[in-house]
Formats: sequence, C-alpha cells, structure tokens
Amino acid sequence: MSFAFDLLLALALLWSGWRTLTTPRLDQAIVLFIAFGLLMALGWARLSAPDIGLAEAAIGAGLTGALLLDAYGALRQRTEQP
Amino acid sequence: MRRFLVIAFAAAFAAALGSAMLELAPSPLDLRIPVAAHLAQSGVSHPVTAVLLNYRGYDTLLEIAVLLLALLGILAVVGKDNPSPPRPAHPVLQTLARLATPSIIVMAVYLLWAGAFRPGGAFQAGALLAAAAVLLHLVGLLPAWSMPRLRLRLGFVIGFVVFLMVSTALLGQGALLKYPAETAGMLILLIESALTLSLALILAGLFLLLSRDQGGA
Amino acid sequence: MTGGLLFALTGAALFALGVAGVLLIAHLLRRILAFNLMGSGAFLVLVGLAQRNDVPDPVPQAMVLTGIVVAVAATALALALTRKLHGLTGQIALPEDADD
Repeated sequence: MSFAFDLLLALALLWSGWRTLTTPRLDQAIVLFIAFGLLMALGWARLSAPDIGLAEAAIGAGLTGALLLDAYGALRQRTEQP
Repeated sequence: MRRFLVIAFAAAFAAALGSAMLELAPSPLDLRIPVAAHLAQSGVSHPVTAVLLNYRGYDTLLEIAVLLLALLGILAVVGKDNPSPPRPAHPVLQTLARLATPSIIVMAVYLLWAGAFRPGGAFQAGALLAAAAVLLHLVGLLPAWSMPRLRLRLGFVIGFVVFLMVSTALLGQGALLKYPAETAGMLILLIESALTLSLALILAGLFLLLSRDQGGA
Repeated sequence: MTGGLLFALTGAALFALGVAGVLLIAHLLRRILAFNLMGSGAFLVLVGLAQRNDVPDPVPQAMVLTGIVVAVAATALALALTRKLHGLTGQIALPEDADD
C-alpha cells in the first residue's frame, strides 16, 4: 500500500517536472515548478527526512517560487512598457 | 538533430545510472553506526542536527560563506537606484499578513529550539523568518531594500562571524570544530541562533534586493 | 524494490530531464527551472540511494539540507544576472555561439 503511494508520488514528480519544462506559458511553468517543490517535500516525508521536507517546503517551493514569479513579473513589465 | 542527440544522451544516461543503482551492492561503510555512537557527546540528540553542526560543521560553515558570496554577487549586479515605494495591497491581505507574522516568528523560534532534539533547526527557522519578510513585502508593508547600511550588513555576516570565532577559539582542541562534550550543546545553540538571524536576513535579502528594480534597466 | 531505491531512480530520471532542459532550452528563466530540477534529482539520488534498505541515514540528509539552501542562493544569483542581462540588452536568452 505505501509502496503504491510512493510509486504514485514518483510518477507525479516526473510528470510535474516534465510539464515544468514543456508548458508553453512561462507563468504556468513556474506554478508547476512550485507544485513540483511541494511534491518533493512530500517525497522527503516519505523518505523519513522531515528536516529536508520542512526546508524544501519553505525554501524550495516558497522562496524559490516567489523569486521566480517576481523575476517573471519584472521581465514581463519591462517588455510591455520599454 | 541536436535535439534528438541530447534527448538520446539524457535517456541513455538515466538508464545507465538507474541500472547501476539496481545492481549496487550494500555499502560496506554504514555511517549510521558512528553517528549513533557519538550522539551522546555531540551536545544534541537529533542526529541530523548533530551531523550539520558537529560532525560535519565545516559543511555548514562553508555554506553560510557561499550564501554571503551569492548575496555579494547580487549586491554587485543590482544597481544603486532607490527602491520604488511598495504598492499597498488590499487591506484584508495586509491585516492577514499582520496577523500571520507574529505566529511565524513564534514558529521560527520553536523550530530553532526544537532542532536540538527533533526535526527543525537553524535552516528551517531562518527560511520561515525570510518567508515572513517576503510576505510583508508582497502586501506592501515592508519596502524593498536598497544598498544595506551598517546594521543590516552586520546582520548578514553575524552567523558566519560567530561560527568562525567559535571554530577559531576551539582550534586548541586539536581539530577544526571539535567541541568539548560538556559545552557542545550551548555552543551549538549559540551558533544556530546567529545562523538563524543571518540566514533569515540573507534569504530575505535575496528577494528584497532583487525585487526593487521593477521598472527601469 | 524499496521506497528509497524508487526515489533514487526517480531522481536519476529527473536529473536527466534537467540536463536535457539545460542543454536544449534557450530561455534563461526556463533554463533556471531545468537547473533546479537537476538539483532536486541529485538530492533524491543522494538520500534515496543511501536509504535503499529503508533505514533513515542522517549524514546524506544533512548534506541535502545544506544543498537546498545553496541551491536557492544560486537560483537568486542566476535570476539577478538574468534580470541584468534583460535590462541591458532586452534579451532573455544568451547569444548563440558562431560555431554552434
């Protein structure tokens, strides 16, 4: 049962990673990357590494996502009104 | 053509790595045993914190140095222009952020304290505090940072400096970062507190220094 | 097959995915995303492989914890350079080499 969950989680990780790179819209790609980070945090919990899970959720998904979205917003704003 | 080559190479690499993992013999060296054997002298009872700040303390020392370098790089890249004033968000969002901030701070202090005996520690606490700063910035309550002044600069380096001072003071023990068993817990808490402050300011700085040049080049 | 080994295999696939992305995608923000996928894959291999008998191992866990914090610093620096490049040239991709 728990192995089935691990398998599902691994497939979700691969799928969200794949979609992060292939989605045509950049904002969707970044949001998918944040979802990927949250799935990673879940994976760390499954690997009995709650320390990494906490850090991944706060840094990998939260802070990196905020940095990427902020950069995306700044780049788009500059492209629209030079 | 190039696309096909790269994808074929990546797939072959993943397949080779995966099959090597499936064949891999059990490791002759099990680090869990020495970690557990010396846990009583490490000053903390959570093995991950013991590895981070005692057994492999130099990893963490160099890590905070790398973070400082990245921050210096960003300071060099972003211009010296004054930050634009923050755009105030909806009052409900501002109120929610004001309500969330104290509990985030309490949570961070708890995580810092809990790191000694259960999952938690300086990294997670620092990341939470940085997240609080980012949240306050996004709702317009905290302006972006321009060129940091002396107090902020001291905050950036205090983790590295305290860590370095402790390791220098302990060089007489015969090895780098070898704490005496009786004071190890206190020294680790001291280093972790300074690290939390620095990590929070550096991680928040990564965001707040970058987000200020919204408009011009 | 244990959970640790499964996640290590997933990590190998993610790393390969990230490598292909870094090599093939010209858009720098997407390249940073691919670079982060590579990092996550390497972390999964590091922890998953050490725990392939499903017993937690604190040493790779602590190393990955350090690695995550360094990865976010590298990402922020890369984003700063990308934003500077865009501000100076208006491009979000590196110029192609002549002999490429």
